[in-house]
Amino acid sequence: MTRLASLLALCLLFASPVLAFDTEAEFDDPVLNERYRSLIREIRCPKCLNESIAESHAPVAADLRREVRRLIGEGASDDEVKTFLSSRYGEFVLYRPPVSPATWALWGGPFVFLGVGGFVFWRILKTRRDQPIDEDFPA
Amino acid sequence: MLRYVVPLAIFAVIGLFFLRGLWLNPSYVPSPLVGKPVPTFSLPDVEDTSATVSSADLLGRVALVNVWGTWCVECRHEHGFLVELARAGVPIFGLNVRDDRVAAGKWLARLGDPYVSSGFDPEGKVAIDWGVTGAPETFLIGSDGTILHKHISPLTPFVWQRDFVPLLREHCGPSDCAFLAAVGAR
Repeated sequence: MTRLASLLALCLLFASPVLAFDTEAEFDDPVLNERYRSLIREIRCPKCLNESIAESHAPVAADLRREVRRLIGEGASDDEVKTFLSSRYGEFVLYRPPVSPATWALWGGPFVFLGVGGFVFWRILKTRRDQPIDEDFPA
Repeated sequence: MLRYVVPLAIFAVIGLFFLRGLWLNPSYVPSPLVGKPVPTFSLPDVEDTSATVSSADLLGRVALVNVWGTWCVECRHEHGFLVELARAGVPIFGLNVRDDRVAAGKWLARLGDPYVSSGFDPEGKVAIDWGVTGAPETFLIGSDGTILHKHISPLTPFVWQRDFVPLLREHCGPSDCAFLAAVGAR
């Protein structure tokens, strides 16, 4: 029983980041709320290292959440909100920056690595297949 | 041969990236506003409620815009140097963010007031237009109102000499920036 209780406490400990935000006012419209929540998860806090403004306790993150709420309330589209923020804070704040010469390596890199890995895999398979099977040395 | 060269080459490339990473400052975020005109704003003065501070006040000569607040420990750290710059004649405008008028007034009375004037921005709205992430931050503004440089973290004599003085030498007119004689040559 104590074990169960401590396990539960441990789970709650790791759940705390999930509960970190949103003591702030929300929209009555569930559609707007959903847009707001998904948008703030895609915007990186400019002050903190690798936290979205949804997770961060930094004052600037609270201010940016307020601005996102204001813009959504005024009828701005998701792209307009992102443009508003990136024109002030740079593409740094976008977890999904637009494809441009500066971000080609970022977007293309995984495919290059996949290609290189695939090539190495193919080479290994090929050498193994070409090897004569040694009958005197059973596996 | 190849089986030694390939892993070594991969190691070298990864090593170079990590080595480069050692010298990068992860909290350095370049501002897209550098090279652009200052965002327009108009704010009440932090001390004199009837006066306003606006983007138009920044035009006409090279000036600094310093983001501060009494809650900001590092602002306290840089304050003495700002006072020194102001004494030498550097025009410094303040942007007081998320602060309290009374506390700000006491701060300036006790530590000295280096600002020509300070805009009062309790909700940090103008700060967002300036891409401010926290305090202290210091912007260098050209006489035509272009943002020439942004510095995050306290302004120290070292940073002033390294980052601001070369830009001032480049952008000051022949009769401007008389203060450089006092706080430029070192």
